[in-house]
Amino acid sequence: MGSILRLALQSLRSRAFTSLLTVASIALSVTLLVGIEHVRAGVRESFAGTIRGVDLIVGARGGTLQILLSTVFGIGAPSGAVSWETYERWSAHPAVSWTIPYALGDSHRGYRVIGTTNAFYERYRFRQDGRVTFATGAPASGETDVVIGAEVAERLRYKVGDPIVVTHGLQGGGISDHEAHPFTIVGVLNRTFTPIDRAIYVTLEGLEAMHEDFEAAPTPATPPAIGTPSGDAPPAMPGAEAPPTMPGATPPVMPGAEAPPVMPGAEAPPVMPGAEAPPAMPGAEAPPPVAPAASTDSAEEEDHAEHDHEPSQISAFFVGTKNRFEALQLQRELNTDFTEPLTAIIPGVSLGELWQNIASAEVGLRIVAAFAVAIGLTGMLVALYSSLDARRREMAILRAVGAGPRTIVSLLVFESALLALIGCVVGVALVYVILALGQGAIEARSGVHLTLRALGATEWKYLALVLVSGTLIGFVPALKAYRNSLSDGLAPRS
Amino acid sequence: MTAGISPSATTAPAVELHDVRFAYGAGPDVVAISHLAIPRGETVFLHGPSGSGKTTLLGLLAGVLRATQGRVQILGTDLTRLSNGERDAFRARHLGYVFQQFNLIPYLSVRENILLPVRLDAARRARLQGADPVRAANALAAELDIAQALDKPVTQLSVGQQQRVAVARSLIASPEMVICDEPTSALDSDRRERFLQLLFASCRKAGATLVFVSHDMSLQPLFSRAISLPEVNTASAVALVEN
Repeated sequence: MGSILRLALQSLRSRAFTSLLTVASIALSVTLLVGIEHVRAGVRESFAGTIRGVDLIVGARGGTLQILLSTVFGIGAPSGAVSWETYERWSAHPAVSWTIPYALGDSHRGYRVIGTTNAFYERYRFRQDGRVTFATGAPASGETDVVIGAEVAERLRYKVGDPIVVTHGLQGGGISDHEAHPFTIVGVLNRTFTPIDRAIYVTLEGLEAMHEDFEAAPTPATPPAIGTPSGDAPPAMPGAEAPPTMPGATPPVMPGAEAPPVMPGAEAPPVMPGAEAPPAMPGAEAPPPVAPAASTDSAEEEDHAEHDHEPSQISAFFVGTKNRFEALQLQRELNTDFTEPLTAIIPGVSLGELWQNIASAEVGLRIVAAFAVAIGLTGMLVALYSSLDARRREMAILRAVGAGPRTIVSLLVFESALLALIGCVVGVALVYVILALGQGAIEARSGVHLTLRALGATEWKYLALVLVSGTLIGFVPALKAYRNSLSDGLAPRS
Repeated sequence: MTAGISPSATTAPAVELHDVRFAYGAGPDVVAISHLAIPRGETVFLHGPSGSGKTTLLGLLAGVLRATQGRVQILGTDLTRLSNGERDAFRARHLGYVFQQFNLIPYLSVRENILLPVRLDAARRARLQGADPVRAANALAAELDIAQALDKPVTQLSVGQQQRVAVARSLIASPEMVICDEPTSALDSDRRERFLQLLFASCRKAGATLVFVSHDMSLQPLFSRAISLPEVNTASAVALVEN
């Protein structure tokens, strides 16, 4: 068998050009087949790893996908708003370990501005155990602080210390720039290869202040009516002097000790309209500033008057449970919240559902790739078959030295198997070369980080399939050669 | 007819045919030979015009074709009783074969062409009795005056050189019988005789019986024995099938 294999190799080498073309056609089709699978698996992995460690995402009652897309992928509008009081209430739930508020604000040059807290930097995870880390700077803490994702920094050439202006609405380049409330970049995040790279993070207070200032901005000539009483109006004015004046307003922003004085009633119960709410509110510090903002107009005015930039509502929040097994129970509780209609989703499950929707497009790609392989193998069949007539003499010589028809068959089957094998090897190598060379471009274009990883089970299955079909196809010319050699014997017609 | 002295331990003649008939498919008989015997160690000149059934007879002797009827005994073995695979194995082990021309596999070097029989068949290799196959090939090449061509691609060889390479291949590992199908037809007359001298010497050295087919009667005196095929083959349809 070894000598036949060597014979097959030498025979292929003697027809180097045809063999090369055949290998190339198989290799390219294998590249397509394996490449598509490789990219698909990579995208899926990167997709599934977009969010980790978060047990539930809670938004206003709405579609699962809408909540997932708007919070995790930054696509589309959120399902609605969740009141701050509800957020606070659930944050205090005994099963909840931590929460991250997510308030979708405006945009800056097409990048979303998200209001959140320090919990985001500490708790959010992606891929295996990827953490949100800083390339430079630190988390946003002040009202004018802003942290930007890696892509934002790269594309817009921003660095720590740069002032930026936020546009109202999601579309970039809007007319109503929040020039009234300029932000300063205090941190740039490391690249995560998730939508985080394309986001801009501010504090909840910053987001709130921005909106208030925006409302005040249209009448900049005179101190806005709402802002006047507090004496904090000046920062609302556009111009360079705004940041220096802000610090005075910043301390009260923190939901700390300053907040209670604003409220006459220090405890939550009198403020809350919902009867069942009080038991859910064990925390003493949070309720005062939030509750009024959400419940009554007068309180909101008062809030503004104090220029205490507490959010009245957020878009959604992420929940980490103390015990993951409680996530399902908690989800049920959240979905049946009496005071506010909420929808809680389990990110992993929803990601899976979303992937299922996208996955149907893969089938098309796979069919195309399968046809490419069929074409490649047909090319080999043509090449081998058409060479047979020229090789009748060769077969007769082999017969004369004692090779049986079986040897002739195995010679040709070996040849096609070798071509398929070399085609597979070259094809896979090509996949890696293309990925290695194109990684940067793919990342820049699609934001998908494709790691160079070993072949998966599916890829091996495909390769085995190509190899087996390549070998089987070899039987077509082999059987023809077998018949030739039987009829020719030692007298080939040549 | 039995005057030849066998150098081999076995005393059975190299070839013995009894009432052999052969037809392609359902066609008429192409070969019909009631009796033909070739003793071992002889150099036999088998001649006949085109269409006298030469190539078919060689196919029967080499075991590529199977007689429809009768006994084809080669070296004492009745080939008609062997399966296709067994006949192939028998040929690989005991016979050498030289074509009219184009004897060599173009993608192998001269040396590899000579080594082909021992590379493809373990039993043939065993006949070397442990001797190095490459050395055996080199020795044969030296004998046939093609040593300088051993590492060349076959395409660079002259026709005469190619035929000598084919002889070397047929003789490697000392088969009992060598069958040549008009191997000199592509050579000019000067080279023809020199080629035959080398062939005879090598066959004698290897102890191989030589069955040489040709229509060139001028070669006949060089052989120890001559058989006229038209006299032996009584099949009537021969000329219709062969050409």
